[in-house]
Amino acid sequence: MDLTFSPSELAFRDELRGWLAAHHPGPEPEGEAESLEHRIDWQRELAAAGWAAVYWPEEYGGRGATLVESAIFNEELARARAPYPANVLGLVLGGPTLMVHGSQEQRDRYLPPIVTAEEIWCQGFSEPDAGSDLAALKTRAVKVDGGWRVTGQKVWTSFAHRAKWCMLVARSDPEAKKHRGLTYFLMDMEQDGVLVRPLRQITGAAEFNELFLEDVWIPDENVVGGVGNGWAVALTTLMNERAGLAFGLQVALKVLLDELTEIAAERGLLEDESVAERLGDLHVRAEILRLTAYRGLTAQMKYGQPGPEGSLTKWMWSETNQHATELAVELLGPEALATDSPWAFALLRARGNTIEGGTTEILRNIVAERVLGLPRMR
Amino acid sequence: MNFDFTDDQREIRRTARELLTARSPMERVREAAEEGAYDPSLWQELVELGWPGIAIPEAHGGQGLGVLELVILLEELGYAAAASPLLSNAAAGLLIDAAGSEEQRARLLPGIADGSATATLAFAREDVADLVPDAEAAAHVVLVEDGVATLHAVGDGEIAIEPRETIDPTRRYARVRVTRPGSGESLGAPATLAAGLDRAEIALAAELTGLAQRALDMTLAYVKERRQFGVPVGVFQAVSHRCAQMLLDTEGARSATYFAAWAADADPDSLARGASLAKTAASDAGVHATAAAIQLHGGIGFTWEADVHWLYKRAHLDAAQLGPAREHRRRVARLAVAGAGRSSPAQAAI
Ligand SMILES: Cc1cc2nc3c(=O)[nH]c(=O)nc-3n(C[C@H](O)[C@H](O)[C@H](O)COP(=O)(O)OP(=O)(O)OC[C@H]3O[C@@H](n4cnc5c(N)ncnc54)[C@H](O)[C@@H]3O)c2cc1C
Repeated sequence: MDLTFSPSELAFRDELRGWLAAHHPGPEPEGEAESLEHRIDWQRELAAAGWAAVYWPEEYGGRGATLVESAIFNEELARARAPYPANVLGLVLGGPTLMVHGSQEQRDRYLPPIVTAEEIWCQGFSEPDAGSDLAALKTRAVKVDGGWRVTGQKVWTSFAHRAKWCMLVARSDPEAKKHRGLTYFLMDMEQDGVLVRPLRQITGAAEFNELFLEDVWIPDENVVGGVGNGWAVALTTLMNERAGLAFGLQVALKVLLDELTEIAAERGLLEDESVAERLGDLHVRAEILRLTAYRGLTAQMKYGQPGPEGSLTKWMWSETNQHATELAVELLGPEALATDSPWAFALLRARGNTIEGGTTEILRNIVAERVLGLPRMR
Repeated sequence: MNFDFTDDQREIRRTARELLTARSPMERVREAAEEGAYDPSLWQELVELGWPGIAIPEAHGGQGLGVLELVILLEELGYAAAASPLLSNAAAGLLIDAAGSEEQRARLLPGIADGSATATLAFAREDVADLVPDAEAAAHVVLVEDGVATLHAVGDGEIAIEPRETIDPTRRYARVRVTRPGSGESLGAPATLAAGLDRAEIALAAELTGLAQRALDMTLAYVKERRQFGVPVGVFQAVSHRCAQMLLDTEGARSATYFAAWAADADPDSLARGASLAKTAASDAGVHATAAAIQLHGGIGFTWEADVHWLYKRAHLDAAQLGPAREHRRRVARLAVAGAGRSSPAQAAI
């Protein structure tokens, strides 16, 4: 066990710190469209310097860094309060999925523009009647000469309004059993038959959308991982989402807590023992999350892909982040609830954390069934 | 960065699990509890293996391994709920090793390492420590009051030791009262004493983590077998989700305890934070997971016959030692304030 960074990891960190200090993009502009464009520009700048996808092989625009270095990247970015690159679904979900299930041609074609943010990705999994029960999805893919025609509806599709490619799971064989009849496609969003309608969230912003698909064209070469194998490919995407995102997010949580602690200390609130205790409790949870994430990283380096244990960190993170934002508005008082307060946005946005990427109830099911081996409900 | 055990450490864990499965199954724990006495042959065996001195320097008769190796053993002893004075003696050993003078270490550590003159430790208020583990059989008792540690030799007429029954009969407890105020030898300066106490807290956290893991394993075995409504009860989400919560808590306690043990061995700057994280997380996990175990066993879980109650009782006694979780939470908050402006972080990357 060695919980220090090695000299080469330290060198990586210092180089990154130096670069971030010199290239920080400044505060995010107001408005979602503006903020997304700001983060796209930011990702381009990161990519030009080789920082956008540090863990990816160099041939695809990455830096060939280790998993630990990739963790360092996430931490330093959060610590510098620089935004995450805009193409998060491509970087964290789509790219890693192609590296496992994609063909060589697909990797060569799709990975580099993910890194440069030339092509933004979105994730078309959820449907009105298929959320937690994803395999119940109904969007139909019908085989035609040279490809597929797809019709159906997706919902909660983040970034669809700006995306070039959609990771689309559709039913390619209506006769096969639920999980068997699915295929994973890469769908070009820029074509007739794809209609994107923004959905307003409880924060007032519209990160996600409804997606209406009418006879959309997908060529054969855009099937990922083979026809009928969509469930396995989708699981890879989901495990990367849970394990991969939690790592960066746990640091953001620590930054938030440190900020809150500073404010509480300045206002003398920590002299109230119950406040100190509750704030201490959140620090304990945030640190344990971080330690558990690093333990998971060591395991991933040994065994390859992230395992279902990633569900534990996503679950810990989402609940702690909710509690942290709740304590923040309680300690800061009414001013924190004005819509121009960043704490108000943080409070509301955190409610989505236990829903997106698999609800906490579903994560508990996964832990019970796949980690603890408990029997499942039929 | 490598958050994993070495092969040697894994070997220690495997050996401990095998030995304790054979020598300290639940029937033995029950016997010790009902007879109110430890099995001397088990203690003899642990002494022969050198376990009491695993983290004591070789120069003082120990094996010279780290707090991490001790934590591995203690987690297994907790898993077995073994009835043994190893934890109290090892915790006092950690304190004396960290805070004692050269002379005190040379005089006291060999007896702790080979079990011939054991020690124990507790917090006191106004010269009374209410529940001191294994004090009757010990050669030395360390009492810590208001940040000052005092070492008393048992039998020198400085302290009175009265055995006390607690809800945890798998361990011997006593009330210790200083009969001659101002007696005893002082042990350590405040800074070294704090580091010694932190180590002792980590030892407690390790046992608590083992207790939580055992509670989870016993519960999983039960809810996979026990059928109601025509299905194993583990099918019900109210049951399976509580099991998932037990795992979450236990893994959190484990992460914190290993980190703290590593800090004790390798990174003094992270020790205070690590110890309080570990004590908080492991106390909560220990108490919650063992309580869940009783609940998920249903009526049988409430009987003296079923063994889950030993775990619950032990967890409560452990959680109550060396400062309750709420104090450790406040300490973490204070450390966060102090560390917020830290420009060059301590050695630990995490
Ligand atoms: C901010 C945000 C961004 C998102 N982005 C995307 C995206 O980009 N792409 C995408 O495809 N999806 C996205 N989603 C959708 C998200 O994955 C789904 O909302 C989620 O999987 C839950 O599905 P649902 O909304 O249909 O809820 P339902 O499945 O209908 O769940 C309703 C309630 O029932 C509970 N429940 C359901 N089944 C079970 C069960 N078996 N056991 C116990 N409880 C159960 C749930 O936990 C929940 O509390 C996003 C969601 C949010 C909030």
